[in-house]
Amino acid sequence: MTATLQVENLETQFPTRDGIVRAVDGVSFSVDAGEILGLVGESGSGKSITGFTILGLIDPPGRIANGSVKFKGEELTTASPERLRSLRGARIAMIFQDPMMTLNPVLRVDTQMIETVQAHEKVSEKAARARCIEALQAVGIAAPEERLKSYPHQFSGGMRQRIAIATALLHKPDLIIADEPTTALDVTIQGQILYEMRKLCRDTGTALIWITHDLSVVAGLADRIMVMYAGKIVETGAIDTVIERPQHPYTRGLIGSVPGAMPRGKRLFQIPGMAPAPLNLPPGCRFKARCSRADAVCDTMPELVELDPGHRARCHHPYDAMPLSPAEVAS
Amino acid sequence: MSQTPATVGATPTAAPLVNTEAPWKRIVAEFAESKLAMLGLVLLVLMIGASLIAPLISPQDPYDLAKLDIMDARLPPGEVAGEGFTFLLGSDGQGRDMLSAMLYGLRISLMVGVVSVVVALGIGAVAGLLAAYTGGKVDALIMRFVDIQLSFPAILIALILLAMLGNGVDKVIFALVAVQWAYFARASHGAALVERNKEYIEAARCLGISKTRMLLKHLLPNCMPPLIVIATINIARAITLEATLSFLGLGVPVTEPSLGMLISNGFDYLLSGVYWISLFPGVVLTVVIIAINLVGDQLRDVLNPRLKR
Amino acid sequence: MAVMSVLVFVGIYMIGDPLAILVSPEATELDREAIARSLGLDRPMWEQYFTFVTSALQGNFGKSFVFGQPAINLILERMPATLELALIATVTSVVIGVPLGLYAGLKHETVTARAIMAGSVLGFSLPNFWVGLMLIMVFAVQLGWLPASGRGPTMEVLGIQVSFLTLAGWKHLALPALTLGLSKCALIIRLARATAREVMLMDYVKFARAKGLNERRVIGVHILKNIMVPITTVTGLELGSLIAFAVITETIFSWPGMGKLLIDSIVNLDRPVVVAYLIVVVFLLVTISLIVDILYSVLDPRVRLGEAK
Repeated sequence: MTATLQVENLETQFPTRDGIVRAVDGVSFSVDAGEILGLVGESGSGKSITGFTILGLIDPPGRIANGSVKFKGEELTTASPERLRSLRGARIAMIFQDPMMTLNPVLRVDTQMIETVQAHEKVSEKAARARCIEALQAVGIAAPEERLKSYPHQFSGGMRQRIAIATALLHKPDLIIADEPTTALDVTIQGQILYEMRKLCRDTGTALIWITHDLSVVAGLADRIMVMYAGKIVETGAIDTVIERPQHPYTRGLIGSVPGAMPRGKRLFQIPGMAPAPLNLPPGCRFKARCSRADAVCDTMPELVELDPGHRARCHHPYDAMPLSPAEVAS
Repeated sequence: MSQTPATVGATPTAAPLVNTEAPWKRIVAEFAESKLAMLGLVLLVLMIGASLIAPLISPQDPYDLAKLDIMDARLPPGEVAGEGFTFLLGSDGQGRDMLSAMLYGLRISLMVGVVSVVVALGIGAVAGLLAAYTGGKVDALIMRFVDIQLSFPAILIALILLAMLGNGVDKVIFALVAVQWAYFARASHGAALVERNKEYIEAARCLGISKTRMLLKHLLPNCMPPLIVIATINIARAITLEATLSFLGLGVPVTEPSLGMLISNGFDYLLSGVYWISLFPGVVLTVVIIAINLVGDQLRDVLNPRLKR
Repeated sequence: MAVMSVLVFVGIYMIGDPLAILVSPEATELDREAIARSLGLDRPMWEQYFTFVTSALQGNFGKSFVFGQPAINLILERMPATLELALIATVTSVVIGVPLGLYAGLKHETVTARAIMAGSVLGFSLPNFWVGLMLIMVFAVQLGWLPASGRGPTMEVLGIQVSFLTLAGWKHLALPALTLGLSKCALIIRLARATAREVMLMDYVKFARAKGLNERRVIGVHILKNIMVPITTVTGLELGSLIAFAVITETIFSWPGMGKLLIDSIVNLDRPVVVAYLIVVVFLLVTISLIVDILYSVLDPRVRLGEAK
């Protein structure tokens, strides 16, 4: 069976006056139908750009410099703009971070949903409206007929994000790319939406890529996890394995900085230093300047090595496959 | 969307550059980045220079009526008159050499523009800062008046004022100041309201600094950047407005023609195909205004930290 | 409005003595007094103002000294011509300016976009009246394609004389409307470009693309509708200044509108007409800003009434 999405050695670059920014630098992964992949990284790590690259929506002057993106076996990097357009919103949908910004403020909700239906299928407005009502009900919006006639500003952030999700679901896509969709929401609403998304994927067999900087969000949601740092994948594996036995020092640092992973009263772990500037990345391992284990070997770029089955890390000095002890992180 | 290419690209290089250099140096360097703005600046300097030394370089004194010969009237550009004088850009209805008249006219236009803006800037800034700093009734009164004035087209106010006052360079300047002070008042009021709530003002107030000192030494300098930009652009507006008023016969007197007045004089002969009397002063006027606008645009980009990445 | 009427009246009162112009120099002192009495000019200023206000409230602004007709009638008679000119100039500048600005904003790196922006700087900087003169020179004098003055034949629609229904009318309209609209068009191009660049970076535009909409719908609906909000506001507010600027255009092209009447009346010291003009313009400005407010709320649902949050 072909994977829903197969990304190989993807490189997305932004030429600037001061040099080329390699926002995504040789990223490979795949997602199967019904699978939820958590893509974790801090801002600037290239995780959002990865999502936009798949959809062919990188802002100019950004471009795909290398690699391939195969959606159900079909190559997307060389596909025509029209073909990409017909896939977007229909087979591959995207949900954005800030629900306050994703709906056009001057257009009614029905306009914005119906146009999505009619962009891909020749249906009457009435039929399209019925589809929208159905989709809104599916995400738990009461009285959808009336809600459709409202403008975005009449809704709360959580409601708007539900509308955006409903819009993404209109064509029952095979893949949804969700770019931090719950970051801007209250914690209670965040929980509800996470639960609903997970249920939807399980029920419909939709593959989901969940982009976030918050490890605790994906911990309860994703099947697999992929950690990005400065444009490269540093660790990937099944969610439980990675969380319990992280091998890359960066992943270890991330887990250590989540409140709740530590005994009470212990100081939360902080990764020292800052992410390297994208224009002058250090040679070799990009994390070495912040890493306690770095030595001379780290001046060469480590490969992504499989240490346990299905669990790979890009590190010359990976932590052994043993559980993380709180004391170790705190030291 | 947590990252856009712009933020990804700008952070590393911008930060150290800004901090190590003196601010004025950075402004000059950034200003020079635009070739168009530099061109505008060079043109402007040339124009100002030429108008300053107009008596030295102009072939003829256009104000000296004794030297004018009505026989030389409306000669086309390049024509050589009887006494061997070449009218490079032609002559006007009174036999005045156009080149000389334009140099003197430019002088008046620039002078009126700059003086009126400087005075208006002074009055407007003080009124705006005072209103913002005092608040309450004074604020409401001043700003209300500004609002009413700004809702009325500037050209009409100037027109009516000059209709009352009569012609004269001083009167034109007065009318232009009356029209423009409100822009500066509103701009400085806006800027001051933002600054007033910042911590350094709070700190200065806690130190017990006097009101005048607070206004002049603390608020004013911090409100200056937007005012400088508006002032630059407004010089262009003032020059246009003066030219327009003079064109309508409500500006400078006939004896001291500005560029607008020269164009107006040429209008009478335009329909008979005598184009040069209106054309050349108009070209000079346009070049001056474009030059000022180019400089002003670039200044705005450089001085406005909001637009910078 | 009341404050304005006092200011305007006192101002106009000081313009000068209309008797000096109306009465022939040979007239005796007795004749002068007789005329002054018939026009009500012999009474003290405050009394004249009082008479003015009482009658103004009844819609009577006094009789023109020159035409001997009620001033308000003279203004209203000429208002349609001015409004027609201003509206056509506005519509043309929006129709041309929005697509050009949109293009320049969306493809801001291209040569065409830069050419558009250079053109708009030029349009912005060219002195309005000089453009009019040059248009006359080229199209009326040199090429002889279009008439240089007057309104041409008019047709009656709903009791109003209009020019835009006949070809000859259009020919007469073309130059003045172009003159009047040029700088507004430049302004709209700049505004459309700036907002387009802002709007196209918004998440909702990216989301619209992510929904699989084609570019035509993304630009034509999602971007355009957001741009139209500021464009409408600015265009509406600029309509007032356009009516004021029509004073110049009408003077150049002898367009029989109320702006030309104003200049003639200022020259003739025809006080009631000037006052009536100002009152009418104030009334127009108030009406326009009301219409703009309504349009604004139609275009931007966020400002609609009774919807907090």
